Amino acid sequence: MLEFDSVTKEFRVGAFGRLTITAVDDVSFRIAPGEIVSLIGESGSGKSTIGRMILRLTPATKGTIRFDGVDVSTLGRKELKEYYRHVQGVFQDPFSSFNPVFKADRVFEMLRSQFYPDRSGSEWEDRVAKAVEDVGLNPVQVLNRYPHQLSGGQLQRMLLARALLLDLRLLVADEVISMLDASTRVGVLNLLAELRERGLSILFITHDLALGYYISDRTIILRRGSIVEMGDTRRVFQDPRHPYTQTLLASVPQMEWRWRDRPVSAAVPVDGDGTGDAEPVTVLEEVEPGHWVAVS
Amino acid sequence: MSLRVEDLRVYYQTLEGEVKALDGVSFAIADGEIMGLAGESGCGKSTLAQSIVRLVPPMKLVGGVVELDGEKLPIDDFEAMNRHRMVGVSIVPQYAMSALNPTRKIGKLIKELLGARGISYRAKLPELENRLQLVGLPREVLDMYPIELSGGMKQRVVMVISTLLDPSLLIADEITSALDVSTQRAVAEMLVDFRDREIVKSMMVVTHDVSILYQIADSILIMYAGQPVESGPAEVITHAPRHPYTQLLVGSLPQVGVRYDEQPLSGIAGNPPGLIDPPSGCRFRPRCPFASERCESRPPLVEIGDGHSVACWKVMEEEDARV
Ligand SMILES: Nc1ncnc2c1ncn2[C@@H]1O[C@H](COP(=O)(O)OP(=O)(O)O)[C@@H](O)[C@H]1O
Ligand SMILES: Nc1ncnc2c1ncn2[C@@H]1O[C@H](COP(=O)(O)OP(=O)(O)O)[C@@H](O)[C@H]1O
Ligand code: SF4
Ligand SMILES: [Mg+2]
Ligand SMILES: [Mg+2]
Repeated sequence: MLEFDSVTKEFRVGAFGRLTITAVDDVSFRIAPGEIVSLIGESGSGKSTIGRMILRLTPATKGTIRFDGVDVSTLGRKELKEYYRHVQGVFQDPFSSFNPVFKADRVFEMLRSQFYPDRSGSEWEDRVAKAVEDVGLNPVQVLNRYPHQLSGGQLQRMLLARALLLDLRLLVADEVISMLDASTRVGVLNLLAELRERGLSILFITHDLALGYYISDRTIILRRGSIVEMGDTRRVFQDPRHPYTQTLLASVPQMEWRWRDRPVSAAVPVDGDGTGDAEPVTVLEEVEPGHWVAVS
Repeated sequence: MSLRVEDLRVYYQTLEGEVKALDGVSFAIADGEIMGLAGESGCGKSTLAQSIVRLVPPMKLVGGVVELDGEKLPIDDFEAMNRHRMVGVSIVPQYAMSALNPTRKIGKLIKELLGARGISYRAKLPELENRLQLVGLPREVLDMYPIELSGGMKQRVVMVISTLLDPSLLIADEITSALDVSTQRAVAEMLVDFRDREIVKSMMVVTHDVSILYQIADSILIMYAGQPVESGPAEVITHAPRHPYTQLLVGSLPQVGVRYDEQPLSGIAGNPPGLIDPPSGCRFRPRCPFASERCESRPPLVEIGDGHSVACWKVMEEEDARV
């Protein structure tokens, strides 16, 4: 359904754009219908850039992104609108998607004027109410309210309901639950998993390995713009082959074993991982069916 | 005892009314102990952390006592607290990383901070360099501006600054929350290292993430809507909690090893109450699956096991039935 084919994204930065940052470096992967793929990496690894390229919010520098075999960079105005009926994004900070001076349900009205101008008032209202219920909200509690009267979890669900009003096939979910509390997180996570059961594909972007493990079928581990490991989620987590994946897994706080019983061998980088040099040039090698690991 | 907090009540004064952010909080931290403080956002964690070190309006001390190493802290007297800050008790506040003055180099910043306390920067420099080395930072960071440091480096700098005068108690508020996984582990383990080296005697580590506390804390205090609901050894709180809220909170935590298609988790229905007019009796009552009439009065925090205390009528009945 979605194909990412040798995609590279460079940003020009500095005075007169003299420097280039390679945010995404020759990345290839696919997402099949009804599949949740998690894209896991530390901050600056290029996750959001990949999501934004899929949503055509920024163009790729090299390579091709195809949806149903069609190169998305070639879509004209009309086709792009059709594309957005099927492909939508939801992002980390739900508050930034709402204008505080308008009631939160205005996002539904805007969607109608954009995509369904011929739908009548009451028929549309019924559809909105149904979509709101589908994401586990009570329409009476959330419609006709201002954003500040709703919680982050409620707003995030409203955005998901908005996406569901379209004929959605692929959802790019970029850190959608990192701002939510532990107790509300699970609700939104379970909702995504239920949507998948109804045939939706999801690119689940996160820096939190536990969340990726919980809902995804396949996992891509991204480091400094390159894929270091990719495969069936259970395999990648249970038998990680790349040292970077191993370090990440050793650093996740779990409640089954303590860090002090398993010291990390390599010194953990003081400055995080985002700022170093680009990964050395590597190729992905298939270590078992469907499980790929970067080797130099 | 390093820290003893008795029936602490701190309210925010707002136009809409008093926000009862801390409403009868009691606990103690022993010498050498790392106590973790957890709960959903808005339950009063930062208010508790702040009120022990800098209780300023719109916060108001309504009642209670805070004792550090046997001495009562004048927490509602900002001036009198100066004598205790950084020496007795030090805080790394939530968002400390972004609070560093961006126009000052790190060295200058520390110099000013020490100067204000009449301490010579020069005399402290060797120790400062030691501490930087301890957290894996080069001495060159002293000549850098905050913006030149990554999140993990800033968090280490803030940690070094707030412990430079060897405070008895360090309070760290969500210091690992904004960090990447590998940096998060390094910074969290650094806290343990500072305790092990006796740079600080005891710690209160605030986070919404119970699994981090399982890794580094000796004991955990769970708060709900401005009140403690359960406290005990980290092992007990994470693996054998008794309070319905703690059970739901721990049970709603995604963990590597738990999958939706094998073992779907359930969240906690509803939201925490507003604290201007919180529910009477047990504040968890509107969301508790076991609530009944008895819960209309506030359950006391009762010790039911070795250092394990719970505030819940249902648990008390179960305990009574056992004897
Ligand atoms: N608009 C932009 N201009 C310049 N650099 C950018 C821009 N967007 C992202 N980058 C850079 O690209 C890299 C990847 O960023 P991003 O995709 O946001 O990572 P992630 O979502 O994994 O944190 C980072 O080094 C970031 O600074
Ligand atoms: N400056 C303030 N004025 C009024 N209410 C506040 C203020 N700061 C926090 N509160 C309220 O006090 C309660 C506890 O907040 P806080 O201590 O920040 O919780 P936590 O750190 O656990 O998320 C919340 O209900 C919050 O809305
Ligand atoms: S006291 Fe009652 S309402 Fe409160 S947690 Fe216990 S059973 Fe639930
Ligand atoms: Mg991002
Ligand atoms: Mg807080």
